[in-house]
Amino acid sequence: MSFSEIYLLWSESAALSAVIWSVVLTVLTYLAREPMHRMIEAVSSLAKNAFQQASESLLGAEKRLSERNTEVLIAAGREASEHLIEREFVRINRIVETDLAEYPTLHRKISDVIVRIDEDYKQSSDVPPEAPGWGKAISAVAQISTSKSDPMVGQILESIHGSLEKNHEKTLDEYRKSSRERHMLLKKMLPSWRGMNSDLKQVDQNVNALMERSRVVDRQMEEYEKIINETDSAKKTLSSSSLTQFFIAGFVLAIAIGGAMINFNLIARPMQEMVGGSSVMMGYKTANIAALVIILVEVAMGLFLMESLRITRLFPVIASMKDDMRMHMAWITFTILLSLASVEAGLAYMREVLAQDDAALRASLLSGTVAAMGVSDRWITTAAQMGMGFILPFALVFVAIPLESFIHSSRTVLGILAAGTLRALAFAFAVLANTSHYIGRMLTSVYDLFIFIPLWIETRVRGSNHSEKKKSRGFNPLQTDSMKEVS
Amino acid sequence: MKNIILAMVAAVLLIGCSSEETSHSKGVYMLLDTSGTYTEELVKAQHIINYTLAKLNPGDSFAVARIDTASFSEKDIVAKVTFEDRPSVANRQKRQFREEVDRFVKEVKPSGYTDITGGLLQAVEYLNEAGTGRKTILIFSDLKEELKKGYVRDIPLQMGGYEVVALNVTKLRSDNIDPREYMDRLQMWEERIEAGEGHWRVINDMERLESVIID
Repeated sequence: MSFSEIYLLWSESAALSAVIWSVVLTVLTYLAREPMHRMIEAVSSLAKNAFQQASESLLGAEKRLSERNTEVLIAAGREASEHLIEREFVRINRIVETDLAEYPTLHRKISDVIVRIDEDYKQSSDVPPEAPGWGKAISAVAQISTSKSDPMVGQILESIHGSLEKNHEKTLDEYRKSSRERHMLLKKMLPSWRGMNSDLKQVDQNVNALMERSRVVDRQMEEYEKIINETDSAKKTLSSSSLTQFFIAGFVLAIAIGGAMINFNLIARPMQEMVGGSSVMMGYKTANIAALVIILVEVAMGLFLMESLRITRLFPVIASMKDDMRMHMAWITFTILLSLASVEAGLAYMREVLAQDDAALRASLLSGTVAAMGVSDRWITTAAQMGMGFILPFALVFVAIPLESFIHSSRTVLGILAAGTLRALAFAFAVLANTSHYIGRMLTSVYDLFIFIPLWIETRVRGSNHSEKKKSRGFNPLQTDSMKEVS
Repeated sequence: MKNIILAMVAAVLLIGCSSEETSHSKGVYMLLDTSGTYTEELVKAQHIINYTLAKLNPGDSFAVARIDTASFSEKDIVAKVTFEDRPSVANRQKRQFREEVDRFVKEVKPSGYTDITGGLLQAVEYLNEAGTGRKTILIFSDLKEELKKGYVRDIPLQMGGYEVVALNVTKLRSDNIDPREYMDRLQMWEERIEAGEGHWRVINDMERLESVIID
């Protein structure tokens, strides 16, 4: 039975059939109103609850992830802070060991200098010249009453005068001599004073350095306490620091990758001389894979070297090694690096030789001439390539530092991103829950819109029935069934 | 656990050893027409050979053979080489190859007949033996086949996976009188090659040769 036959079931007239069908459908829809409403409500509730539950689950997961992120952030911050404090204590220890350990010696030295200065000082004290013992004798002679014309007395006086002058000069000479000796002693004291001053300055510097370190330790301890107490400022600082570290480390790693690519191009071509130019492994030229492996081995050796020197802390096994073992490892990795750098320099030289050979061959094949590059110019490029081949492996060693920062900070950054994604998904599910709820309500209204005529009739009929009942029971304006129905 | 480690080591070694040396290499076989006045064109052929040598890489194979009265013979191969893996050795081989071709061009004498089909059969045999990944046959000829009486060359060609490139197909005097002869000749060779599941191309402008060697 075709659609047109069904359509024209009631009458040959299409219009009449349309009216009859619409009446039939309206009646059927009206009869199915209650179960249809229930079904729409059930479906919308189901969707709403499902989306709501998903949203809540995602929010819960986001909360747990955020808590975990905070834990990781705090743990990382605490570890870094402990590391810094440890370093500061190591520095303080070094100051105490190297500088203050010599303090007893220095003290003894200063004491010796003081004793020496004291002795010199005592020796250099000014001894007043002895009072002349013959003063009274002179006055007695002076009182002798005699005439000036007496030659005897005159001779005696002349003799006394001469003796006095002589004695005076002798005394003066002795006094000058002793004064010079005192001055010499005082002069000798000067370097001792200066030495003592220098020693005291050194002590002052050491003590100041120690004080400075102790102030740094105080600051670090304050930060550490903040981290331990999980304060908001500490969390913000750590989070911001992680993001900054992530971008800086990423930038430096990008530069390092550029360096590695240059290194790769430097050795890939001459590698063909070692492993063959036509062999292929897993779809890639074996020479290229070999060159890449060499560079990766260099990076790995660099990582081990940095770990052995305790500059990075990516491998706990290496960090927990005995010091002598660690130093052995550092020397071994350095030797391997040196060997690889030498190999690279050799390969760079070979690259230049091959390039020259290729250029000469191509020139002779394509134009029939022999390419001739000035020998004087060739050594520059050769030396530059060899230098790059030797230096780049050592430059790649330092990749370990940004790599460590990148790995540590990427945990925080990825955690933040994951939490953000979960939050966005939770929001989307919440929106979907609300949307499904309102779509259900809208569908109910749209359904009623199609059967508004029977609904209107129903309302009228019920209204008349109620009014009859009210009349029979008595009118109560405050509470009516029709109002209940409307509400 | 020990077995797993052994299996992993074996897998790594197998992967490492399974180098496909020939699948990515190129094989080029060039046929030189030495009949009649076409020998004068051999200087051009020298340029093409040099160009091809410059473009080939270690691991590739290259052979140059003459087309004469009976070309289905190893004796007609002027020079052949499979380049060594080491680039420096490959360059040395290229120089030697060039010298051999130069010597041939100087000493070549025109042949009475032109057995192109025999040369093609020889090329297929050589390249199949070489086992290269990509196989190209260059025919440096006017494509006018002239067989000596008694020689049977009405043989279906098996050219699956081959690219046959006709180079410098010069127009003969008779072609100028009736160009249909030239077109028919080209058509005939195209049909023969494609019937053998080969790919046919004609390049008269040597500037386009690069696409044949590098692609």
